[in-house]
Amino acid sequence: MTDTPLLLVRDVTKRFGGRIACCDVSFDLWPGEVLGIVGESGSGKTTLLNCLAGRMTPDGGSVAYDSASSGLVDVHPLSEARRRLLTRTEWGFVNQDAREGLRMGVSAGANIGERLMAIGARHYGEIRQTATDWLGRVEIELDRLDDRPTAFSGGMRQRLQIARNLVSQPRLVFMDEPTGGLDVSVQARILDLLRGLVANLNLSAVLVTHDLGVARLLTHRLMVMQGGRVVEAGLTDQVLDDPQHAYTQMLVASILPV
Amino acid sequence: MPDVSIQDEAYNYAYLDEQTKRMIRRAILKAVAVPGYQVPFGGREMPLPYGWGTGGIQVTAAIIGRDDTLKVIDQGADDTTNAVSIRRFFAKVADVATTTRTEDATIIQTRHRVPETPLSEGQILVFQVPIPEPLRMLEPRETETRTLHALSEYGVMQVSLYESIARHGRIAKTYNYPVLVNGRYIMSPSPIPKFDNPKLDRNPALQLYGAGREKRIYAVPPYTPVKSLDFDDHPFEIETWKESCSLCGSSESFLDEMIVDDSGKRLFLCSDTDWCQDRQEKQRVDAAK
Repeated sequence: MTDTPLLLVRDVTKRFGGRIACCDVSFDLWPGEVLGIVGESGSGKTTLLNCLAGRMTPDGGSVAYDSASSGLVDVHPLSEARRRLLTRTEWGFVNQDAREGLRMGVSAGANIGERLMAIGARHYGEIRQTATDWLGRVEIELDRLDDRPTAFSGGMRQRLQIARNLVSQPRLVFMDEPTGGLDVSVQARILDLLRGLVANLNLSAVLVTHDLGVARLLTHRLMVMQGGRVVEAGLTDQVLDDPQHAYTQMLVASILPV
Repeated sequence: MPDVSIQDEAYNYAYLDEQTKRMIRRAILKAVAVPGYQVPFGGREMPLPYGWGTGGIQVTAAIIGRDDTLKVIDQGADDTTNAVSIRRFFAKVADVATTTRTEDATIIQTRHRVPETPLSEGQILVFQVPIPEPLRMLEPRETETRTLHALSEYGVMQVSLYESIARHGRIAKTYNYPVLVNGRYIMSPSPIPKFDNPKLDRNPALQLYGAGREKRIYAVPPYTPVKSLDFDDHPFEIETWKESCSLCGSSESFLDEMIVDDSGKRLFLCSDTDWCQDRQEKQRVDAAK
């Protein structure tokens, strides 16, 4: 562990007209740490994530990132060129809907290779080799390399999206409900995969989910959001086993027992 | 310089009014200053349909003067409908001499080919462009493609070449093959065969590209490096033929394949008619000697 956080978030606020989507959110994310953001639909989780990832400009507050190339940078005042470079080299973004994060018209290999080509890879054989390698790492059969994602199942698409993001070896990955809309056995495989990848690659991640089970499995720390505010934050086990805030207690209590 | 002395004629010199020509010239100057960058311009209605060369004809109208000699080719040929009518149009409205000989022309308006005869300094090649945006088929949003150009984020173009190799075993694109101009902008060279791409590179002539429907002008100034995109292990290659031209015997030009009878007999001919006739002429002279 180093002594500087990877991501420093201070008082991030986003309003849509008079409606507050998220309000005064502050936290530090340390290298190798996975932070979960939980809360019900409409609690501002995804808006917050978009603000953190530079996809939306917050109305107040700041997001600073300790980049490998140029040290601590303020994400939002960055020029668009530099921010886009950052997002396709040092960051990854896994969408809930894999179709948004993939190019559905080109093969799996091209999807994985895109980031490599965007940063200057010009050797077809090597790109293909790396793509094959990553296909294996996300547990997709290697003979599917030249198939389009349209021919993939939901779970495979999600795994392909993960591979496409991780191929450039990012340091920080934002995930928006990566297992939403998948059936439980597929969810379990993806969670397993993500847990392994996060541990092996020493990734940091911010994970948005409404599923406390996912949060329990993947995250080290947890923030609970309600109505755009963080109502409780702490170590995941602590928050889930001994919830302090009434809303968190309600959330934990609403998990369906099997 | 434009001639504004003809007051009694129904049309202004070179069809377009002087203000329009000035506007197009400004776009051309900007295009020349930023090689490969697509400059928007206020395209006018022309007396021919979109897709028949409205962009090229507007560029030609803006740069043509009485001293010019115009050559117009369509698919390499001087005698096809489109070439003949555009040539006649300018002979009428701009009072210029026309020619079919590449070396005699000062302006060559072209669709789908670059002449085989090497061009020289002082010549201008005007391309008719149907789709100026090389990223169009990969990224449908204009706002996004402009951003990609502005930030030179060209990964997606390479993705399309990767996909072509993955599917066909080689880069299967044979025309409108994307090029990188002056190490900066990716440009669509208009639907010329990739055979002609090497001719764009460091060409002594000025290349102007006009897209009438999409109202864009772009340019490659003389001696500008133009590189066809490829992969290190799948380098750019041009088409080759086992046959040679059945009229002039050329084996170094772009050949058209023609089916000449019902039993499937094939004939290969130069697509550049001027080049082919020139060679036949020389061969006759040599034979006579």
